[in-house]
Amino acid sequence: MSYVRDVGALARKDLLLELRARDTLPAMLLFVAAVFVVFHFALPGTPSRLETSGLLWVAILFTALLGLGRAFVPEREQGTLDGLVLAPCDRSAIWLAKSLATLAFLVAAEVVALPLYALFFHRVGGATVAAVALADIGICAVGTFLGAMAVATRARDLLLPLLFLPLAVPIVVGAVGASVVVSPGRYLGFLALYDLLFAVVCWASFEYVVAE
Amino acid sequence: MGRTFRIPLPALAVSSLVLVTTALAFVFFVAPDDANQGFSQRIFYFHVSIAITAYACFAGGAWNAFRHLWKRDPRADLASYVCVHQGLIFGTLVLLTGSIWAKISWGHWWLWSEDQLVLFLVLFLFYCAYFMLRFSLDPGPQRANLSAVYALFGVVLIPVSFAAIRLAKGLIHPVLFTRHGPNFGGWILVTYCVAQTAMLVLAYTLYRLELGGKRLDLRLRDLREVLA
Repeated sequence: MSYVRDVGALARKDLLLELRARDTLPAMLLFVAAVFVVFHFALPGTPSRLETSGLLWVAILFTALLGLGRAFVPEREQGTLDGLVLAPCDRSAIWLAKSLATLAFLVAAEVVALPLYALFFHRVGGATVAAVALADIGICAVGTFLGAMAVATRARDLLLPLLFLPLAVPIVVGAVGASVVVSPGRYLGFLALYDLLFAVVCWASFEYVVAE
Repeated sequence: MGRTFRIPLPALAVSSLVLVTTALAFVFFVAPDDANQGFSQRIFYFHVSIAITAYACFAGGAWNAFRHLWKRDPRADLASYVCVHQGLIFGTLVLLTGSIWAKISWGHWWLWSEDQLVLFLVLFLFYCAYFMLRFSLDPGPQRANLSAVYALFGVVLIPVSFAAIRLAKGLIHPVLFTRHGPNFGGWILVTYCVAQTAMLVLAYTLYRLELGGKRLDLRLRDLREVLA
């Protein structure tokens, strides 16, 4: 029970910080809107649904990367990560709370991005929304984990996309598949499996990422 | 901890030389021509055995990473890195030979519908990122930990990507091993086994050589620090 309380307190800290500083979310919203505009001009003529749903996923992935890159920046700048590691809670709680906070930002960005996509390009189906929900979990779980790794290196946020994109390929396969086929069950199941598998791996090994 | 027996490096070098030569001789003179693809199909003996060797290297890297995290074995971190390094070298060869074979038999240098090749490309990028990560950290326990965790992600990624690519596939890659055992017999099987053994022994020799060199390097650095 105290684990849940710890996670809640840590996630609340991140959300509160964002509410006061407003660093990440406006940037993500502007970015995703700008990406859609760029896509419109990058695809001459009227692109098909197949093409634009691929682009939707590129936009989501890169918007998520923007948020994930920011996730550990405050900890780095203020040196709070040492404090968090020393706090009398399970270290995996830090990862879980950070993932939940990032998930909240990403979902908030998508609440704007999906209607915008529908306005600019094509209608968004129920399967796409389900795929977005499932993919978000995987993106935030793995991305937050790798963000904590990247922030420990000399290259800092530069490394995050390099570490993250190969691991995100299965997410893109599952998500794009779910958005374009008639019966998306198989793809959604695959996304759920990915989330489960990587969440367990991240949860079990986060200790080693922050421990000296 | 008791000292385990290790095959001396010169013996390994000689045996990999002999095995690779034998494999070459078998591939060019003993194995029969393929009914459909003719002479060019012989690249298969190298392509497949190199691919399996690369997977073995990545598995070795993950195993050593696991040993580092679990047992805190001080030698495991370097061993894991060297395994991944060898895996990447063999992985490059897989992409090259696969590309050549694809050009000869299907007329294209690269085919996205060919799932094993795409899987390998994803893995290749993943392990390249491993190197970026490792070289962006200062030597020490943190580098060892982060590298080990990332190498372990690789073994999770392999089956997941494989499933993903199978989901999105149009399969034209020849499948050699089915549930009923290997899809070939006779001299083809013998040649394949020789080539596979040769590649594995070669990879192990290179691994031992690199590991020995790296350890010597570390000892030299330690000694220099003591003297300075």
